[in-house]
Amino acid sequence: MYVYDDFDAAFLAERNRQFREQVARRIDGSLTEDEFKPLRLMNGLYLQLHAYMLRVAIPYGTLNPDQMRKLAEIADRWDEGYGHFTTRQNIQYNWPKLPDVPDMLDALAEVGLHAIQTSGNTIRNVTSDHFAGAAADELTDPRPYAELIRQWSTDHPEFQFLPRKFKVAVTGSEIDRAVTRAHDIGLRTVSRDGETGFEVIVGGGLGRTPMIGKVLRDFLPVTDLLPYLEAVVGTYNLLGRRDNKYKARIKITVHENGIDTFRDLTEARFAEIAPQFDAAATEAQLARIKAMFAAPAFREASDLSYQAAHSADPVFRAWADTNLHAHKADGHAIVTISLKKHGETPGDATSEQMRVIADLAETYGYGEIRISHEQNVILPHVHRADLPALHKALKAVGLATANVGLVSDIIACPGMDYCALATARSIPVAQEIATRFDALKLEHDIGPLKIKISGCINACGHHHVGHIGILGLDRAGVENYQITLGGDGTEDASLGERTGPGFAYDQIVPAIERILRAYLEIRESREETFLDAYRRVGLAPFKDALYEAERDAA
Amino acid sequence: MPADTKADNKAAAKPAPKARAPKPQVVTANALLEGDVVYLAGDRSWTRHLSDAQIFDEPLAAEAALAEAAKRHAEVVGCYLAEVKHGPRGAEPTHFREDFRRRGPSNYAHGKQAAASNAA
Repeated sequence: MYVYDDFDAAFLAERNRQFREQVARRIDGSLTEDEFKPLRLMNGLYLQLHAYMLRVAIPYGTLNPDQMRKLAEIADRWDEGYGHFTTRQNIQYNWPKLPDVPDMLDALAEVGLHAIQTSGNTIRNVTSDHFAGAAADELTDPRPYAELIRQWSTDHPEFQFLPRKFKVAVTGSEIDRAVTRAHDIGLRTVSRDGETGFEVIVGGGLGRTPMIGKVLRDFLPVTDLLPYLEAVVGTYNLLGRRDNKYKARIKITVHENGIDTFRDLTEARFAEIAPQFDAAATEAQLARIKAMFAAPAFREASDLSYQAAHSADPVFRAWADTNLHAHKADGHAIVTISLKKHGETPGDATSEQMRVIADLAETYGYGEIRISHEQNVILPHVHRADLPALHKALKAVGLATANVGLVSDIIACPGMDYCALATARSIPVAQEIATRFDALKLEHDIGPLKIKISGCINACGHHHVGHIGILGLDRAGVENYQITLGGDGTEDASLGERTGPGFAYDQIVPAIERILRAYLEIRESREETFLDAYRRVGLAPFKDALYEAERDAA
Repeated sequence: MPADTKADNKAAAKPAPKARAPKPQVVTANALLEGDVVYLAGDRSWTRHLSDAQIFDEPLAAEAALAEAAKRHAEVVGCYLAEVKHGPRGAEPTHFREDFRRRGPSNYAHGKQAAASNAA
């Protein structure tokens, strides 16, 4: 992974020194909150419902064991002994005290982590495929490009005051695990005549006006990446609306002006600025970065121990069948560690769990860790021979739940339990759905399913692209949950369709159960997933099942 | 007919809005250093307990207290008026958001709940 050079380290130290003084000036009263707020947001510090919240970037979801241990140490020293992994490959601390934050940032800097541009109207943490560098289906590792974009966008003087926040996602696989079509810019690596380039997608996003991104350029040579991104963001910076916060994202800019106009303006700006970029220097920097992302020397070993455990131990078999993904190297697997144990808070890990993950990554995983936007932890490279021992160690700390990609692998925003913007709770809904389907012993029967829950219209829980999306709202002072069906965040991205009136807090879990029981009736075979069945039969039968009880009562 | 006259007629045709009885309110904010929820008490100090908050039944008095409290920017952040009701042990929330702010999150006994159980 990328290792900070002297420039990076000095930049971070200086930035942290500045923020320490800003915090001191706020505390001694020489800065008002109005003056301080933009400064703290630039450094990832929010004020939430019950406390401050520090959002730390995990660039493109990649961590090493020392960084993970540092995250655990911070949780113990300055927080409540846990951290919350988010839907944007960040980690959030929910209980920091303002005077402690400068020390937390210095501790992060010791391992090359920071909270810069995790908030505010800037280019945010660049996200990527959490199986990057490991997946058998991958064309090219997207992380060197994501790192290049991180370096270009960090403290970029032109883009510190954009009309609104700006999110970039990069994937190197045909199978889109990075939700590139729901980002301000999505980049998909493609190959043309043997040359690697990008398909550039622009104007996707969720929130109050969900939109699937449109293709701006079908092939962008790698050497043009930075000037082209600069042209896109520069065009948006000038054209984007600043009169209305809700119409300020690039998706609205593209929608209101049309993709063709936006493209023409971008291409004109690109032609203007491209000569100012030193393509050779970018290539040299990219080569330097790529070398740091070189795959480890994968070992060769017999996987007899794996075969034996798989046939002898049903618990191991259930976990292996659910939580593993095909690896590019012989004998290896990608392991997803579920942070969705039934009844627990999606995405939370205790400091003890973080330390165990760090140790296991060192023992069995070539020292590599990834965080997914689906709020799980990934050990991208594990030899199959090590899987039984790994599983045993995970089980000891409550991390061996066999539910990846199933009903209880729910992504959920913090919701009203933490977030100042939320209109309803998300976490307890996720907890209760997971507990309910675990009790019913139905989730392996139901098979692949993505439930995504947001506690307000801003859609941090990606509900629009959930196979089942749940949106919590405040209806006349009472929590109310709307359901959407058929959303999809992959390469076939689509937005879910609303079923109808929402459900009260105590009715949402039974409502989800009715939908899934209807699916079990409707499906043609076990192989037909919920999403496939929905695409075949449409909304009507699910709507019938969902509102049946109410109709009978009427 | 000019547009503005039309609008005036339309407005005049609407029944006058019913005068809503003023709701009791408290001044609330987050503490600057800890970030936790605080309420303005009768002695002008900040309390961590909603039940100890001063209740303003008169909107004008509430607005005046809010304006005064908002000046204390070295102590608190984001002052606003929250609607409450009178309970046997002081102010009680009328909206679930204020109930969460008073209690803490529902997934862990952290925040005010932890403080309450430590004190007990």
